[in-house]
Amino acid sequence: MRFAVRRRDSSKWAAILLFLPPALLLFSIFVVLPAGEAGWYSAFNWNGFGRPTRWIGLDNYRFVLDNRAFGVAIGNNLKVIAVSLLVQLPLAMTLAIILAERFRGAVALRMLFFLPYILAEIATGLMFSFIYDGNYGLLATIYGWFGAEAPHLLASPATAMPAILVVIVWKYFGFHMMLFIAALQGLDRGVIEAARIDGATGWQLQRHVVIPLLSPTIRLSVFFSVVGSLQLFDLIMPLTRGGPADSSHTIVSFLYTFGVTRMRVGFGSAVGVILFLICVTFAFTYKRWFMRDE
Amino acid sequence: MAITRRILLATTTLALSSHIAASADTVVKWLHIEANPAQVKIWEEVARDFEAKNPGVKIEMSFLENEAYKAKAPTLLQSKERPHIIYSWAGGVLKSQVEAGVLEDITAAVGDYKDNLSPGAVAAFNVDGRLYGLPHTVSQVGFMYNKALFAKAGVDGSKIASWDDLLDAVRKLKGASVTPIAVGGADKWPLHFYWTHLAVRIGGKPGFQAALKGENGGFESPVFQRSGELFKQLVDLQPFQTGFLGFKNPDAVGYFGDGKAAMVLAISSFYVTQRTLSASKAGVGDDNIGWFNFPIVSGGKGDPSDTLGGINGWLVTKGAPKEAVGFIKHFISADVQKRLAAGNYIIPTYKGAESGLGSEFMRNIAHNIAASKYHQNFYDQDLGPNVGRVVNDATAEIAGGTMTPMQAAKAIQDAFRQGN
Repeated sequence: MRFAVRRRDSSKWAAILLFLPPALLLFSIFVVLPAGEAGWYSAFNWNGFGRPTRWIGLDNYRFVLDNRAFGVAIGNNLKVIAVSLLVQLPLAMTLAIILAERFRGAVALRMLFFLPYILAEIATGLMFSFIYDGNYGLLATIYGWFGAEAPHLLASPATAMPAILVVIVWKYFGFHMMLFIAALQGLDRGVIEAARIDGATGWQLQRHVVIPLLSPTIRLSVFFSVVGSLQLFDLIMPLTRGGPADSSHTIVSFLYTFGVTRMRVGFGSAVGVILFLICVTFAFTYKRWFMRDE
Repeated sequence: MAITRRILLATTTLALSSHIAASADTVVKWLHIEANPAQVKIWEEVARDFEAKNPGVKIEMSFLENEAYKAKAPTLLQSKERPHIIYSWAGGVLKSQVEAGVLEDITAAVGDYKDNLSPGAVAAFNVDGRLYGLPHTVSQVGFMYNKALFAKAGVDGSKIASWDDLLDAVRKLKGASVTPIAVGGADKWPLHFYWTHLAVRIGGKPGFQAALKGENGGFESPVFQRSGELFKQLVDLQPFQTGFLGFKNPDAVGYFGDGKAAMVLAISSFYVTQRTLSASKAGVGDDNIGWFNFPIVSGGKGDPSDTLGGINGWLVTKGAPKEAVGFIKHFISADVQKRLAAGNYIIPTYKGAESGLGSEFMRNIAHNIAASKYHQNFYDQDLGPNVGRVVNDATAEIAGGTMTPMQAAKAIQDAFRQGN
């Protein structure tokens, strides 16, 4: 008996020794090391030439936090999250509840709504930069029908970010819809039948039975929205490159524009570290508070 | 069948052997950022010509897009695979590259050859008394205008001399429903020309030197505050095309080329690009295009002949074969310079080559630069990669109305204190 236990123990160790090092090595080289390096660089005023020598302590963090555009970028990330939760999620869920039923054309409509998600971000951005163009774009044509002059949405600090938010919802609602459809089709039909027999009407059924049953998927959808917002970069670049007047940056496009293209490696690293901390904090608290059961 | 195979075999052997011979050559790797195919074609011919004159040397050209090149340069220059000849705008970026020790001191290799070139342009590639590169072209910033549109509003471009004249012209053009100025606000640097050229007019060379030394509050000094205020006067007239903050520079230059705006504050090289970027590819024709120098400011300390513009050239990187310098000399020889000048691609730096310029328009620019005692390099290059970009940010913010001239000057001075 004792012998058997020891054997199982030792084979477990063998598995760990065999499988852990490669994963650990890759993780160290590609995640831990660069993260540590970014932390180290962020303490220097360094333009990428030679070795970093001008130690400035936490000054880079102060420069980042003092930068008006960084505040705007954080605000934009929050706007993306807000729109994802308040517009995209309800829209996706409603469509999912409708399209999860089997009727003629349901599959075709699902495909149609899912299509924008398949498009590459850069292609989407370029497409919408043409649509939004105030001189030649689709929008200009529509305004032209009514004899009005189209606004240059992407050229005004007041309208650029809202215009981007529309593109984001357009691009990603189909993905969230698919999440909900998959979840709806996995629901226990028996529970819904039982509620029907108990006399639940359509709205009551959705409100008290279906939506509560969807809550794991809702939490997943929220998680994807937040992570997507924190990573948002490739839609911004073709649409506005963060402009006009730095009104439409996200944290990542801010990092790229102010850190990478200006050769301020220390400054960029500081932004990276801040972003890393935001991500880690979010991931752990969200997992702890909302996704404990999964 | 057998014959074809034999021929195939023979050619392969031939190809292989010639390849072996080629690999024994000295290879000079030349990295450029020129996107105009017509000009690149001439460059390729120049390279082949050099190879023919110098057996055993091979020039290998490669291309990176402008912004990509700037972003990649630090990593590229510190790798073992670095190119031997690279593009440069001189200024602050050149200084950081020298400090990092990635460039070759070519003072001795160039020798007296530099005396053939315009001394002001050569000086831009001189850091602490040592030469690291040679200039092949210079450019001037000024107003390019459309004579027909000016006539429509009753404005005479040749009479615009002072800043107030310019403001008047803008008012008249607006009155005649003509868009006065096209600008690529999304790129920001086209806007920084206004603020920086005003500073050249108001403070002159001493004003800029004082700011570099941090005197009178550096870039917060009255010189730069006034530049911002005058720029604001222009912005308040709403002189730019609708949606100008969303236009990139090529869009704006094309807009001018299409005859949709009366002016553009241009780099002289836009004379060619306003054609290629216009919808018709013809642009504003020679009989219709005019140029006036940036207006002077009353009470300004700058000399009216002072110019703002670019100085572009080639650097040799550390460890490059000595043939690299030879090729640069060949590239900036009288013949090649005249050939590029004839196509109006460049304002040449080789003394006398400007007589070969293909148009009256470009000869005028060359004359302006030759007459200038103070040719200020673009701020966004001269002040280095970071401070320069902050100048662009701040001036774009004045144009967008999100910063006051005071705040803009402060932002630039703050960045200057932090350094690059």
